[in-house]
Amino acid sequence: MADMTLDGNAIAGLLREIFTMEMTNALGTCGSCGAVNEVGRVQVYLHAPGTVVRCPSCEHVLMRVVRGRGKYWVDLSGVRCLEFAEP
Amino acid sequence: MPAMGFISRGFRGRRRDVASSARVPPGQYVVTDFPVLSAGPTPRVNLDQWSFSIEGEIDEPKRWTWKEFQALPSETVTKDIHCVTKWSKLDTTWKGVSVDTLMGGVETAAEFSTVFSDGGYTTNLTLDDITGNKAWVAYEFDGQPLDPEHGGPVRFLVPHLYFWKSAKWVRGIRLQKEEHPGFWETNGYHIRGDPWQEQRYWGD
Amino acid sequence: MIKWQLGTLAELKPETPRVSSLYLDVPEWPGHLAGQHVDVRLTAEDGYQAERSYSIASAPEDRRLALTVERLDDGEVSPYLVGELRVGDKLEFRGPIGGFFVWQGQDERPLLLVAGGSGIVPLMSMLRHRASASRKPPARLLYSSRKFEDIIYAQKLARLAAAGDGLSVHHTLTREKPSGWTGYTRRIDAAMVKDVAWPKDTTPAVFVCGPTSFVEAAAQLLVAMDYDPRWIKTERFGATGG
Repeated sequence: MADMTLDGNAIAGLLREIFTMEMTNALGTCGSCGAVNEVGRVQVYLHAPGTVVRCPSCEHVLMRVVRGRGKYWVDLSGVRCLEFAEP
Repeated sequence: MPAMGFISRGFRGRRRDVASSARVPPGQYVVTDFPVLSAGPTPRVNLDQWSFSIEGEIDEPKRWTWKEFQALPSETVTKDIHCVTKWSKLDTTWKGVSVDTLMGGVETAAEFSTVFSDGGYTTNLTLDDITGNKAWVAYEFDGQPLDPEHGGPVRFLVPHLYFWKSAKWVRGIRLQKEEHPGFWETNGYHIRGDPWQEQRYWGD
Repeated sequence: MIKWQLGTLAELKPETPRVSSLYLDVPEWPGHLAGQHVDVRLTAEDGYQAERSYSIASAPEDRRLALTVERLDDGEVSPYLVGELRVGDKLEFRGPIGGFFVWQGQDERPLLLVAGGSGIVPLMSMLRHRASASRKPPARLLYSSRKFEDIIYAQKLARLAAAGDGLSVHHTLTREKPSGWTGYTRRIDAAMVKDVAWPKDTTPAVFVCGPTSFVEAAAQLLVAMDYDPRWIKTERFGATGG
């Protein structure tokens, strides 16, 4: 169902926690298809039992975040490169 | 849980029944709806091209088409299910083929398996956890064909473990001599996931 | 690091039968940009928590922080915000959050805003911000609602459009129209978008907000008109949660 998908705006708060700065304008290069998109444009599945972020062009998993027991588990291996300005 | 945190006056949230507590594992609450959790787009499945297979550490891999699968002896079971996100749903009814039936006659040295799905999702399960009347490959829920958003046409069902192990849109079981942590098990979730021991995360 | 803070509900204003605006006094509000949101967190006595994001409806220039919330029947948070919360109550939230879906007054490109249902909220912040900007780029809003009674900010939008400062507002109703209605009466489609959208050689700034299916339909229609996808910023509201 299309309505399960949100976009990178929905994880702006979560990414602020992890990166300590606003990340929705950061540019990510998909490790699978090479598409470059602002984080605000990525596909987000929030109800996962974790957060899954996918490339809007090829749906490859860019990022996974799980939170529990006072920890974050973050997998960014699907992003070849993340570009963002100094705060 | 916040120690001295702010409490929102008058907020109760969804009704969280802690019903018969012997049936509810630690940290869980009972729901009456059926929440949908998804890590990706719902796969569009063409039943003409669908198959379920058992492969890997097996002399002769097994494979069933949809028609063949439907012809296998099936069971209807009623089970409680427990999601790692803390909701439990009691007395859910499923119809499907027992993994014992699928594994009938299979000889293997494997102790582990990876259950894999359309869309790339995987989860790891020991052979011990999927045999002995513990797991099914289900195509009906509550008397109706399984909804795509709940994993239809076919999902794995292993209700004694947290429900992320009950892989949606399942396509097969790969038998392995070594354990290969799956999609969530490689990212913080517990390798086994027993709700009665509250094995939610790494280190639990 | 954004911290959780408390605001006090100063005023509760119904906008439609299901939608109300909450005006909050926030002691150390750092200010915000039009299009940003806050994360609201509710905590029950047993420690259970529920969190949802809500777009900021007020302009950066406004005195109070305003959120506009649609009460979803099967929602968990929205029936509390619109139904239980009373003037004087405190609300826990953090923000402002967001940077991608933001419009600032210095952007001189013609502005195209496309809203479905409660997607109008962040766009309203943009229009309110534009109203106080010294140089206002021409702006058009295309706003899809189910019925006339569901149009959020109907009067406010009419007043903004009547200011004669280059804003035109175009409504479409998808379920029912009142007699005498002169707006569109169907789901957005290629013809409607072609009527309302700026010609592509104006290289407009576009913001689309609403439920996922609406946003994707609208964005596809604009790209089919040869709009550069990079001009179009989208924010999808979930059908989940509430």
